[in-house]
Amino acid sequence: MMNFFHAFRRNKGGLVGLVVIGLVILLALIASWIYPDSPWDTINAPYLPPMEEGALLGTDTLGRDIASGIAHGARITLMLAAVSTAVSVIVGITLGAIAGFYGGKVDQVVGGVIELFQTIPSFFLAVVLVAILTPSIGTVISAIALVSWPPLARLVRAEFMSMKHREFVQAAMLSGQSNARIILTQILPNSLSPVIVSGSLMVASAILLESALSFLGLGDPNAMTWGYIIGASRSVLRDAWWMSVFPGVAILITVLALNLIGEALNDALNPKLARKRSH
Amino acid sequence: MTVLLEIRDLVVSVVQDGPDMPVVKGISYTVNKNEILCVVGESGSGKSVTAHALMGLLPEGELRISSGEIRYRDRNLAELTPKEWTNLRGKSFGMVFQEPMTALNPIMRIGRQVDEVLERHTDLDASARRARVLELFRDVLLPDPERLIDSYPFQLSGGQRQRVVIAMALALEPDILIADEPTTALDVTTQAQILTLIKDIQSRMGIGVIFITHDFGVVAEIADRIVVMRHGEVVELGTADDVLNRPSHPYTRKLIASVPHLPEGKAVAAPTQPLMVVSKLMKTFGLDGGRRVVALNDISLNIEQGETLGLVGESGSGKSTLGRTLIGLIHPDSGSVRIEGQELVGLSSRDWRQHRKQIQMVFQDPYASLNPRHKIVEAVAQGPIAFGENRAKALKDARDLLELVGLGGDSGDRYPHQFSGGQRQRVGIARALALKPRLLIADEAVSALDVSIQAQVLDLLKQISGQFDLSVLFITHDLRVAAQICDRIAVMRQGELVELARASDVFYRPQHEYTRRLIDSIPGKQWSKPDFAEDVLVQEI
Repeated sequence: MMNFFHAFRRNKGGLVGLVVIGLVILLALIASWIYPDSPWDTINAPYLPPMEEGALLGTDTLGRDIASGIAHGARITLMLAAVSTAVSVIVGITLGAIAGFYGGKVDQVVGGVIELFQTIPSFFLAVVLVAILTPSIGTVISAIALVSWPPLARLVRAEFMSMKHREFVQAAMLSGQSNARIILTQILPNSLSPVIVSGSLMVASAILLESALSFLGLGDPNAMTWGYIIGASRSVLRDAWWMSVFPGVAILITVLALNLIGEALNDALNPKLARKRSH
Repeated sequence: MTVLLEIRDLVVSVVQDGPDMPVVKGISYTVNKNEILCVVGESGSGKSVTAHALMGLLPEGELRISSGEIRYRDRNLAELTPKEWTNLRGKSFGMVFQEPMTALNPIMRIGRQVDEVLERHTDLDASARRARVLELFRDVLLPDPERLIDSYPFQLSGGQRQRVVIAMALALEPDILIADEPTTALDVTTQAQILTLIKDIQSRMGIGVIFITHDFGVVAEIADRIVVMRHGEVVELGTADDVLNRPSHPYTRKLIASVPHLPEGKAVAAPTQPLMVVSKLMKTFGLDGGRRVVALNDISLNIEQGETLGLVGESGSGKSTLGRTLIGLIHPDSGSVRIEGQELVGLSSRDWRQHRKQIQMVFQDPYASLNPRHKIVEAVAQGPIAFGENRAKALKDARDLLELVGLGGDSGDRYPHQFSGGQRQRVGIARALALKPRLLIADEAVSALDVSIQAQVLDLLKQISGQFDLSVLFITHDLRVAAQICDRIAVMRQGELVELARASDVFYRPQHEYTRRLIDSIPGKQWSKPDFAEDVLVQEI
């Protein structure tokens, strides 16, 4: 474990990413303290450019404060991304583990489902799902989770297929341990590294997916998200750049930070690969 | 006697910040014209690193020559630039690697691979080069060179591939051939052929050969002079006769004492009840492309109560398949396996579980067979816990078992990576014993270990099989190892049982022609090992 932290610390990008994500989470936590009013309230004149009349990042077409929207949006966006990733990780690991461990017919069924999902462009599937199920936080989460689990399940499946034939797993079978026990205590802990790495990258892509849905007006109508702010002001992009640019920057640096963390995790968990790359 | 190459005080260190970490600590030896110099040592002795340094093949950024000289034709090779190395390699040195499959490009015809060497270093035109390749193939006694020249590596057997690699190393008529464990990956009969070939080529071409190996049998077979290495130092250097028969250094004596010796012939045990009865076992694997491999062809044998039965065969003989079938990891096509009268073939996995405790396995690879994330005491206790043993009791029993296999104290709380290969194999044995089995299947359980460690693990197996009245099925490719601990030996070839008899009978009065061939192929059998007092066998793992 100490080695892991040591290796992680050596990666500057990972540290920067961690700090940025920490700041975004902090912003989300203190949003209602620094901006007690609802982000939907018109508290100022519309079309105010940044730094005027107390509006740090300006106001939008209806006079809502952009900075307040970004702070409150951080909450929803991070929550949505975290929950949907958690759901898809659980689904992906479970199905991937079962398919990889048992093989045969079970594997054919799960593999077929995974391939089915991978032939459909995931973003359009998410759009269609949310449109049919009427947009709400719940449906957005399920749509994102539903389109993101297949790649993870594939990864876990492959790990399990190779681990299953390792001698220590066979030794566990011979010592009479139950299949569930072998999956949970023997194989899973040894195949978590790639799951952790791809999990951190999945949070990033969930943020992008959620923002894109909100941009199209398919987010929860009661939730202020970064994507919604950009979507609402896209028609006045040339007259009032600040309305789209600031939430856009928020998305950019958050996703970038998560990618940096993912990369650092990868290096720390696969030290051999990382050392090779640095040569 | 002309000195071809001289190594003087060579030090190779790990590239790192901080204190110098030498892996080769100031060694010196010479290679003469027209001789085979064997460099012997266990893993980590620095024998391969030295050879790589000679070839300028040290992994860049990881190891470097920090001092010393390698003198060859009035030049110090330690100072050469990479470009000068490229010219020298091949022309002056040829190298033969351990694993012939990975030393050849799998998607290039073998003739072309040898041709490439000639193309780069000589001015010959295409037809002359082809003639030279054919000549080389004839030199290394490849059958039907005209046909083989256009084959791919996967179409050749392991021995033929190694011959191609040797042909490639000889293509530019080097002064020195460096062979790094060239026969370790090969079957014993193939090994014997390759050793004869190397010896033959050496005397025909009058070159110097550096032959790196861990096997004293191989050394006895081909060496003119011997260098014994340990922990990056040369501990003994001398003529083959001196080192093999009158070793002076205690380490050499210990190594030679650990070489498996010929069986003395155990006392005939009183006939007992057979523990396991195997009859008419069949298994055929269907491979892709419709090719079928008969792995088990009508196998019938008994394993007696308390006996150690050796199962010997070359790769592909079906010996591992048999072991795995007996333990239920592979389901046979037909036949019967009975343990104490209970039929095991055809049981559902739930019913099998009842019998799990009776048969346990020790695996080949001590690194892959332990979960890297579990403490070893847990690894040993997991079986009994799965069978409903109280956790605290199981852990306590596990510690006692670890103590028994020589891993006492707090070692139970450590993780597998903190142990050496031999120690891990002890953990594997303790884990198998934890369920108090009646039959232990040891699948190449000592093949991955150094010879001195091998001897200790064999002693341990012998001791516990007596202590627990355990039957052991000992699967190995090495007849010498089998002869050392087995009561009876079964010889398998291509899925068939060709001979099954008492160990000393198999060894001294082999009935089957194939068994005779196996015994004839054992390297160094004409060398009768000097007998040392037991005191050199210091237990130190």
